[in-house]
Amino acid sequence: MPARATTILSVSHLCKQYGAVRAVDDLSFEVGPREILGLLGPNGAGKTTTINMILGVLEPTAGSITIDGCDLARRRRQALGRTNFAAVYAPLPGNLTVGQNLRIFGMLYAVPRLSDRIEAILDEFDLRRFRNTKCGVLSSGEQTRVALAKAMLNEPRLLLLDEPTASLDPAIAREIRAMIRAFAERTGVGVLWTSHNMIEVAEVCHRVLFLSHGKILLEGDPRTLPRENDHETLEDLFVAVAREPLTIRGAQEEK
Amino acid sequence: MMFSMRRTGALLLRQLYLLRGSPTRIVPLFAWVGIDIVLWGFITRYLNSVSGARFNFVPALLGAVLLWDFVVRVMQGITTAFLEDVWSRNFLNLFASPLSVSEYLSGLVVSSIATSSVGLAGMVALATLAFGLTFLGYGAMLGAFLLVLFLFGISLGIFGSALVLRFGPPAEWFIWPIPAFISPFACVFYPLATLPHWMQWIARVIPASYVFEGMRAILARQVGGPAPAAGHALAATHLIAGTVLALVYLLMMGRAFTSVYRHAVRTGLIARYSAETVS
Repeated sequence: MPARATTILSVSHLCKQYGAVRAVDDLSFEVGPREILGLLGPNGAGKTTTINMILGVLEPTAGSITIDGCDLARRRRQALGRTNFAAVYAPLPGNLTVGQNLRIFGMLYAVPRLSDRIEAILDEFDLRRFRNTKCGVLSSGEQTRVALAKAMLNEPRLLLLDEPTASLDPAIAREIRAMIRAFAERTGVGVLWTSHNMIEVAEVCHRVLFLSHGKILLEGDPRTLPRENDHETLEDLFVAVAREPLTIRGAQEEK
Repeated sequence: MMFSMRRTGALLLRQLYLLRGSPTRIVPLFAWVGIDIVLWGFITRYLNSVSGARFNFVPALLGAVLLWDFVVRVMQGITTAFLEDVWSRNFLNLFASPLSVSEYLSGLVVSSIATSSVGLAGMVALATLAFGLTFLGYGAMLGAFLLVLFLFGISLGIFGSALVLRFGPPAEWFIWPIPAFISPFACVFYPLATLPHWMQWIARVIPASYVFEGMRAILARQVGGPAPAAGHALAATHLIAGTVLALVYLLMMGRAFTSVYRHAVRTGLIARYSAETVS
């Protein structure tokens, strides 16, 4: 894991309650520069709820979020100007072309020298030939590349990726992972990554958090964490967390 | 970070891209208002022929229809731009960006100015060339009439958008009948005094009714001959009331939209906005 000189994302005692249900329960963690943090957990664990709160589209019941030194609740626009995201459930408008979408989102994120930046990002993501193609007619892999291009357009300090490779074939997924890692190394962006692909997580993430019922159950290096918890692989550990969270929690408390 | 014209401009640019890329979005800017002008143009021509030369129905009826269509176009300019984000499920992308609610609403308004201006120009050209309609008799008052109607149309558009944001995409069908629901109280075709007493009370809180009353006041004095200035003075009184009301509406609807947006952020509606999840 790279050393964390400063903190890009700081989440402190974050809670989200829907009636009697606590979707996120007193969550605290940090992401440093160049760090890729995996947010793992079964469906309904609170991963997307957490990401939505960091994106400012869901108000926390309690707690605070600080992005690159900006308190999200008090300086929303500054914080979100330094953030970007890509999620499989948030495709760019399919009735606009790749070039049009990049221009519009570049304006929304106040990207300086936008035309030059669009040219660079089209090359970086091999999208030049799709510049005048409507996003709606692109394949899943191509749409993912466009979403990632938009996510990196403003050279964010914090990048949120919610299952970014979910709809990609293994070859393209590997390519995308390499691209994101290179981007993090080059720009110093902190990345929060959710995925259900444990091989991918072990390959990409410097550190992982296992969530269950909105709480952090485990935290550590994805390459050593399974052995530390008496499991062969990260996937075995994931299944154990999903099926027997109380057992894992008990073992953690004993340690 | 202050209000950004660049972010507002991004929403206008989006609308221009959509219009440029799709003739099906351009046709409605002219089609329905064109049909209205042709229909009412012939009705006024017929009414003129049966009433003799005593009253010219062209400015009174056709002019009123044209201005009411302008209100509808302004409203639909806002709601259509808003619905583009509903249809393309774009709220998460937009509101996870630094875009503020005021910049978003301003973007919708600017988009509506662009589309409704085009529609207005088309309507005026058709009504003038085909039926001899002229607004010269209204003088400078015409600009004030258009301003009040424009502000009212924006308010209606923001109200319709707030409804859809609050109740989800199926509430889109609440938007389209709004002008038809309001038109009896807006006194587009008849004087306010024609309405029963209880309807007059409602009409008095509709800014558009003051515009149409003002128009008729000017026309009545022109027909009467001796005191056109008195017609303008009466119209000005109507316009002051209409302008104040329209500004109050605009403020109220802006606050209503902001309140609905905050509710959507608090409850997570923005994050999971789609036909399946909201309804």
